[in-house]
Parts: sequence; C-alpha cells; structure tokens
Amino acid sequence: MRRRHFLTLSSTAVGGLLVFTLEREPMRVHAQTDRRIRVPLRFFDEREALIVAAAAARIFPSDSIGPGAWEAGVIVYIDRQLASPFGRDKNRFTQPPFEEGVPEQGYQGKATPREIYGDGLALLGRDFDRLTPDQQDAKLRTIETTYFFRLLRQNTIEGMFCDPMHGGNVDLIGWQIIGYPGPYMSWADHIDQHYGTPFRPKPRSLSDVLGRKVKPWEDEA
Amino acid sequence: MKTLPRADVAIVGGGWAGLLMAKELGARTGLSVVVLERGKPRSANDYTDGMDELDYAIRLRMMQDVSKETLTFRHTSKDRALPIRQFASFLPGTGVGGSGEHWTGIVPRFLPDAFEVHTRTVERYGAKRLPENHSIQDWGITYAELEPFYTRAERLLGVSGKMGLDPFEGPRSAEYPTPPVKMGYFPSLFVTAARSLGYHPAPTASANLSTPYRNPDGIIRPACQYCGYCERFGCMVGAKAQPTNTLLPVIARQKNVTIRTGANVRRVLHKDGKATGVQYRDASGEEFVQPAGVVMLASWTLNNTRLLLLSKIGEPYDPATGKGHVGRNLTHQSQSRAVTLFFDRPLNRFMGAGANGANIRDLDGDCFDHGPLDFVRGAFIVAHALGFRPIANFGVVPPSVKTNWGAEWKKAAIEAFDCTANMGISGEHLAYRTNYLDLDPTYRDANGDPLLRMTMDWNDNERNMIRYVSAKMAEVGRAMGAREVLTPPLARRYDVVTYKSTHLQGGTIMGTSPANSVLNTWLQHWQMSNLFVLGGSSFPQNPSGNPTLTILAQTLRTADAIVNRYAKRPGPLA
Repeated sequence: MRRRHFLTLSSTAVGGLLVFTLEREPMRVHAQTDRRIRVPLRFFDEREALIVAAAAARIFPSDSIGPGAWEAGVIVYIDRQLASPFGRDKNRFTQPPFEEGVPEQGYQGKATPREIYGDGLALLGRDFDRLTPDQQDAKLRTIETTYFFRLLRQNTIEGMFCDPMHGGNVDLIGWQIIGYPGPYMSWADHIDQHYGTPFRPKPRSLSDVLGRKVKPWEDEA
Repeated sequence: MKTLPRADVAIVGGGWAGLLMAKELGARTGLSVVVLERGKPRSANDYTDGMDELDYAIRLRMMQDVSKETLTFRHTSKDRALPIRQFASFLPGTGVGGSGEHWTGIVPRFLPDAFEVHTRTVERYGAKRLPENHSIQDWGITYAELEPFYTRAERLLGVSGKMGLDPFEGPRSAEYPTPPVKMGYFPSLFVTAARSLGYHPAPTASANLSTPYRNPDGIIRPACQYCGYCERFGCMVGAKAQPTNTLLPVIARQKNVTIRTGANVRRVLHKDGKATGVQYRDASGEEFVQPAGVVMLASWTLNNTRLLLLSKIGEPYDPATGKGHVGRNLTHQSQSRAVTLFFDRPLNRFMGAGANGANIRDLDGDCFDHGPLDFVRGAFIVAHALGFRPIANFGVVPPSVKTNWGAEWKKAAIEAFDCTANMGISGEHLAYRTNYLDLDPTYRDANGDPLLRMTMDWNDNERNMIRYVSAKMAEVGRAMGAREVLTPPLARRYDVVTYKSTHLQGGTIMGTSPANSVLNTWLQHWQMSNLFVLGGSSFPQNPSGNPTLTILAQTLRTADAIVNRYAKRPGPLA
C-alpha cells in the first residue's frame, strides 16, 4: 500500500479569496487567518502535486483579473481524477494492437492518463515549481504540442469549472469569475427576460441545489 | 447454451424505435414481445442527481461503454483502420431508452424533397450535377405517405412548434400539439436578423414541452424549465420526451411485453431463409438462445448493420465491384464546427434547452436554386439557446488572441465566455460509393466478435455547401450585431475527434427493389420476411435535419403494417 501523502496549503490558497458581486468582477478580500491545512492526496506525492499545481497555475494564472487554478484547487481535482478509473483508462478502448494513425483517427497511444502525467512530470523537471513564472512559461512553451500538455490544459479547465464535488472549483471560484450560476432547477421565469443585460444569479453547487451530498462518478466506479 | 421459451417477436435494442414498436404491438396485438437491451435498466426518476457537466457531458456517463466495444475507422479502403478508442464524433447511447434519454429533442420533419433526392436533383439540374462517386437514391416512399405517421409521432411526443411560419415545410394535416417554447435572447436576435435579410425563421420543433401535455396514451408530462442540462443529460422533470417517460409507463402495464436488460445480442439465428431467433450473452457471460417468430433489429445504425454482417444475412457491400448492399450508403452529417459569433454584450447563455430556438430552411434541401452553384442540397440551420456549460465552452477567444493558455488567453476567454454563441449548421451528407461499413479483420470486442469498420471521408459537394451556407450565415451574424464572426470550413478530412452529431445513417438501407436495397419500405428484409430493421440504418442518405421524428414515424408505419397485415398473413409486405 502506498504511503499517504498530503499537500500542505495555506487557507488563502483554497478559496476564501472572493466575495460575490452582481457584476462579473470578482473582488479580492483578505483571508481572515493564515491557517495551514493539509489535503490528503490520492495519487500524487507532495512534490509531484506541487509541480503539477505550478504548471496548471501558468495555464490558468492568478492575476489582477481574478484567481486561478491555484485558488480553485485544480490540483486536488486532477489528483482525484488520476486516482479514479479515468486515470487508468477504464473507459477507453485499450485492446491492442496499438499503432500510429493519422490525427483524424484520434489518440492511439497505449499510455493511460496516469502514465501521461508521469511522462509530464519528467518533462517539467524536478524543480519546475521553484522556477520563476517566466521560466515556467518558457518551459511549457517547449512542450505545448505534447499529449501531456493538452491533457493538463483540458484537466485544468475541468478543475476550474467542475462542480466542487469533484475537488476543483473551490468556493465556486471558477463559476464566479465567468458569471456561471451552476445547476438551477428552473429558469422558466427568466429565459425570455434580461435580453442584452447581464443576469447573474448567485452560483450554487449541485449539493446546494439538492440539499444533500451527491456522489461523483469517480467515487463510484 | 440455454434455449428459452419462444416469443412471437424478439426486438433487439430498447431505445426509441424498439420500445415504440414494443408498445404498439403490446397495445394492439396479443403477440408476446421480448425486448433485449444490452445496457442497464433505467427509469424516468434516474436523473435528479444528473446536473453535473463533468460526469455526464464530458466523461459521457450515460453513453455506450467504449472499453468493451467500439468500431474502427479509416478514410479510404486503401488505409489501415484503427479503433475509435474514445467516442467523440458521435456518441452512441446504451441502456433502456438508448440515445433517446440524452438526446437534444430537436424534431423537424424532413423536407418532402429529401425522400426523392435523386429524382428531384436530376429533374431540375440534370444527372451530371450529381457528385462524382455518389450512390444517392430515393427512399421509395414519399413525404405524403409518411405524413399521417409524422402527425402521430408528434402527438406521442407532444411536439412544440407553430405551423405556417416555414414556407418550405411539407403540408401538415394538423397543427403542432403544443405551442412553441419560450425563446432565449440569442435565438431571438437570430429571428429578427434572419427575417430582415429575407429568410423565414421559425421556432424549432421541440420535444421539450412548452406547456404540460397529455398524449394519446394518457401520459402527462410537464413544461420545460430551460435548466440548460439537456443534451447529454436525462431530463429531471420529464419535460423532454424520452422512452423512459413516454413509453415505459405504458409498456409496464402490458402483460405481453418483457424488457430484458444486460442481454447483448450477438447473432440473428436463421435457417432456410427465415429468422428463428437470436443468440445473446447476459451480463454474467452466459449464452442464451431466444427463439422468435419475428426478429426486429432496433439497435442503432451501427449495430443493426453489424448484426446482419455477423449473422451472414445478405450480401456484404463490396466497394470494388459495387455489389452487395449490407453496409453501403453510410452517411453522417456534414456539420461544420458551426459559425461562431462574438458579441459585445452578455447573452445569459446558461439558460436554455436542447431545442430552444429557431431555424431556417431557406438554404436546406432544394429550397434554393443551385443552378449557378458548385454543389447540390443544403443545411438545416439553427440558432439555439441550449444551455452553455463552462467546461465545454470556456476558452473560445477571438482570432486576435494567438495562444490558448496563460494570462492573455484567460482574460480574453473570461470576457468572451458569455458573449459568444454558435449557429448550428446541420449539413446534408450525401451517400458515396466510398463511404461504407464492413467487419474489421483485426480488432474484436470483449466477446471476441469482429468490430465494425467504418470507411468514411468528406467530398467536395459537402465542403462547397458548408462554405456557401457559412458565408450566408456570417451575414446573418453581422446583422445580429456580432462584432466578429468565424466561419470554419468543413474539415479537409473526416475525423473521429470532434463532435458532429449522433446522426449516422445507412448500412441496411430501404428501397424499391432487392436490386437497390436491403429492406423494402416497410423496413422488412427483402429476402428474410420475418426480419425487420428499424431506425436510421434504413435511410438511403442523411437529410440534414435531426432524424428521430422520422425514425418514430417509420416505426409507426411498420407497426401498422404488422398489426393490419403481417399478423394476419405473415410474408413479404412488398
């Protein structure tokens, strides 16, 4: 059995950064305390998690526009996905022979998402998270065409905007910065209103809407 | 192998076509009917936890398990086919209700000329205007023959719409059962702009109800809530017609109909030119023979064709000689990645439903003069507010932004997110001798049976048509106030990577004679008269708009023929 790993984060890094405004502008507030919390990791060890988190944070950076992959907990999302059946390609056709095709035939590789991330960590290097942002960007530009980078970019967007039950989009940060309200049961009174003006209901998660916890697929299979 | 008690009718596949046939035979005959569905059971109440984009729309939780069975793909018969390892270009359903559970609910009738593409095109433009290598043929039935069944199918679903706004629509014997759905902002902009340019926008026929509705079977469904979790999801409230909410409650009362799930049919059994039943494997791996007097395949375009090939029924199509019919005239949809519009104001696109919006048919079928043009036929064009979810849609930026990650991209993508919209261009895909299905010589499914092999590429007619139609829609987009309009061309080559539609047609096509088809117009096998094949595999080619209503209408027509004629006197209906 693998040793348990934790990612240690300060509470300012996992949400608590935003208050919701009716405009799409997020507003920064200071976290009340600088408590350190430990997130249990399911797949990565702490070093790996910090490296992947640093790469995701360059794809979707935190800046004056608003928070990014770091605050949204994208790394927690990716860690859980890789630990789940998705990570070992349970839902992909993996019968051999594996042969190289043309791009229109889609991904024909044998590597699973876990293995692709393993390759990616090697590409990024052991000290990636300690490089300056400019150095990190330069490094990422050299691997932009790899499967790893494309998967990381896709997973970063997923972690920014998924329902929080999957580990990302902490405090609905992702939905707040784009004005997406999440799942509501009905817009019947609004669908033909608000023409041309922003309609920005307060974001809610699926658990908020249903009033109970929902089990994500990665925890079932 | 265990042999089960004989059924009068064995139906393979529990989606729209299979369950509608079961319901009709169950209600109108005393025949014993067994539906064999390889997926899991479902009910209309399964969807309360389902409003999750990641699991359902991205990870495809409701779709066919591709790890056990897929198909292979190549562009031409000279290429090496490789397995489609993840579905993307089209998304096959599974389980009770099939794709009918997570469909979009867009239900146009086909244009009258779509049933006679060959005849009408030759009459108006001459045979030399048919594309090189085409294998276009008429259906063998007309719109007029199908019209009463379209009306019945619309009443079954409660279709929302309004007649008289679309001058190209075929004659209707009845108004839509329910009025049009409420329209979101983006489609309303489209309606005004399209009308100002002389087009004829009409509300899109919708299986998501505008008002509560009671259908002729007594099934009551509520109005759509425009929640934005529609296509790729099951409907939480039952406003979208699905087999589980429209057919299952009726079938549940029928003592002569049984639905058996986890039953993966591998062969149609036959002897001396007659089907004798089917062989299936259940979820535990045990094999069964289900003897039956009549066998009906309703397992979607690909599996219907595959079962005929695996069962060695009929002559497989040979592209080199043009002989044989099983597998030929495979068509998809020449869907462009659609026209993308950037506005300078928010569209509130999180609200919507699959069929919420408007369409025009001015550039569809032969509704416009192709005389001076370099293509024939056209596209069904829609502007819908179908619920703009963030994982799938975040990241679209104007072409001035040259990167797809980092600070500059993030800023542009956040600004563009709710100000971007797409028109959908469902281009007609004509049939060609070079696009077909056969069995793959290398790859096998989890049961050890050969996978289906798809050979498919785009042709100039569709490329030219998409270019023309997209340019026209760019004019509409600018009239809508879009500050930037993108019109990507149809890809140079067919791909299995980007979503087009789950409308695949052909493989077991219908026609006027055994010399040109697998099935007669009653969807009955020409040579094996107790075998019927339901669904889009019977379409000789793809006719632009969404196919489900036509599949339902054809199924009702076949059900009538079985109840009124075949049940009394089995044998060829044509």
